[in-house]
Amino acid sequence: MSALRQDLRTIGALMRRGLNEILRVPGGALPGVLAPTIFMLGLSAAFGEAAQLPGFSADDFRTFIVPVGLLQGAGFTGAATGVNLARDIEHGWFDRLMLAPAKRPVLLAGVVGSACLRSLLPATFLLIVAFALGVSWPGVGALVLGALLIMGFAAAVACFATVLALRFRTQQAAPLMQVGSFIVIFFTTAYAPRELLSDWLRALADANPVTHVLEGMRQGYVGDVTWATTWPALLAVTALVTLFGTLAVRGMSRQGY
Amino acid sequence: MRAASVALARRALRNSFRKPQFLAPLVLFPTLFLAVNVGGLERTTSLEGFPAVDGFLDFQLAAAITQSLLLGGVSAGIAAALDIEGGFFDRLVASPTPRLAIVLGRVLAASVIAVLQVTYFLVLGAIFGASIKGGAFGVLCVLAIGIVAGTGFGALGVMIALRARNASTVQGIFPLVFVVLFASSAFFPADLLSAPADVIAVYNPLSYIADGMRQPIAFGNELGPLLKGLAAAAGVAVVATGLSVLALRGRLRQA
Repeated sequence: MSALRQDLRTIGALMRRGLNEILRVPGGALPGVLAPTIFMLGLSAAFGEAAQLPGFSADDFRTFIVPVGLLQGAGFTGAATGVNLARDIEHGWFDRLMLAPAKRPVLLAGVVGSACLRSLLPATFLLIVAFALGVSWPGVGALVLGALLIMGFAAAVACFATVLALRFRTQQAAPLMQVGSFIVIFFTTAYAPRELLSDWLRALADANPVTHVLEGMRQGYVGDVTWATTWPALLAVTALVTLFGTLAVRGMSRQGY
Repeated sequence: MRAASVALARRALRNSFRKPQFLAPLVLFPTLFLAVNVGGLERTTSLEGFPAVDGFLDFQLAAAITQSLLLGGVSAGIAAALDIEGGFFDRLVASPTPRLAIVLGRVLAASVIAVLQVTYFLVLGAIFGASIKGGAFGVLCVLAIGIVAGTGFGALGVMIALRARNASTVQGIFPLVFVVLFASSAFFPADLLSAPADVIAVYNPLSYIADGMRQPIAFGNELGPLLKGLAAAAGVAVVATGLSVLALRGRLRQA
């Protein structure tokens, strides 16, 4: 068997293990699936009138906030991957994994790959609820682009959470992982178009690469899908995956086995 | 019983301060949420029907305090559940400790942490330009409502822990914190909420607790909202403490 096929089999096995957890411990996955939808419904119920502000680019706040919920679901899933890895470290399973004759990047790819697939679960649930409540259909192109960005963002957060899990080696680092994804998602144009943000938040949003990811996700829901908004989103998510993926591989390689 | 309650409260507080990573999220999440809300939605104060305030921070401060106190309740519940999982609860029951002190100790600790939470947000607000219109008396009113509400939320957390008996289930109620908050007037004026939150908010005690704390911060010491806030907080505290005592009795019967 070629080395590549062996690597792919290892990645597949680790991805299946990650996905099996949803079936075997559905209670553990439920908050991560429900939370983004709760946020979407709650934020639109509380701040719905914000869409009446002059200069607000969407007809209703719920449509504007749907992409935020989608990214939040991806962030929760990525953070949960780090928490699960920390649990595996605490329980000794990770030690056994490190003794396996597989390359560290391959092991990381399996862990991160499962996060990519799992991130589609909260997104699907949220979209079903959103469409049922009257959010307009964004088009197949926007949905496919959205799925790509969701999986990419989940991969980036999973790599970030992996770095923390390898550094702290305890599930008690979970709030750090969650806060990290919370900050990068909400310190963007999450709540309002750029022009309506306060000066300090606009400056932060401009410097935050996740703003590009969010604006890419928002296409189809607000305005049409354009290449001018799509390529910065793809570039930003690729850069995030590359940066945190490199750090995670480095962290994996430094494990003392 | 008083000595046992105080001793158990001191133990709970010591444990909390030894693990600041458990305490930090109580203020960290609401602080971030406060920053994002204020930075992203400050212009909503110009919406028709929005009460006249100096700034959105003045309005949002009470929401952040309420959110932090609710998270404090979840944290108290997790700590109680960890006591049950770790066997400390069983050892306590086997000892001649008054039963009521098991609940009251944890609830007392929640009220002490509530003092710190409310103080933190008032100081934070002052640093970033919020003004407490009600002055020193207003600060005392916010503290009073906050402490009583924090006590009630702590009791709710303990009740859930006694029923669930494991920390992960208690942690699972985290999203519910946001459900009850969004369905109240904590974040936005009740008249500007969308359906069905506007209807639920009328019956949600969190609306009165948040509005009660908001009154002296953003508007001044008007007695009506202050008393309603205090009454709602006291109602939550009394009912939640009663429910946790009932949950404790149920747990002891099964033991």
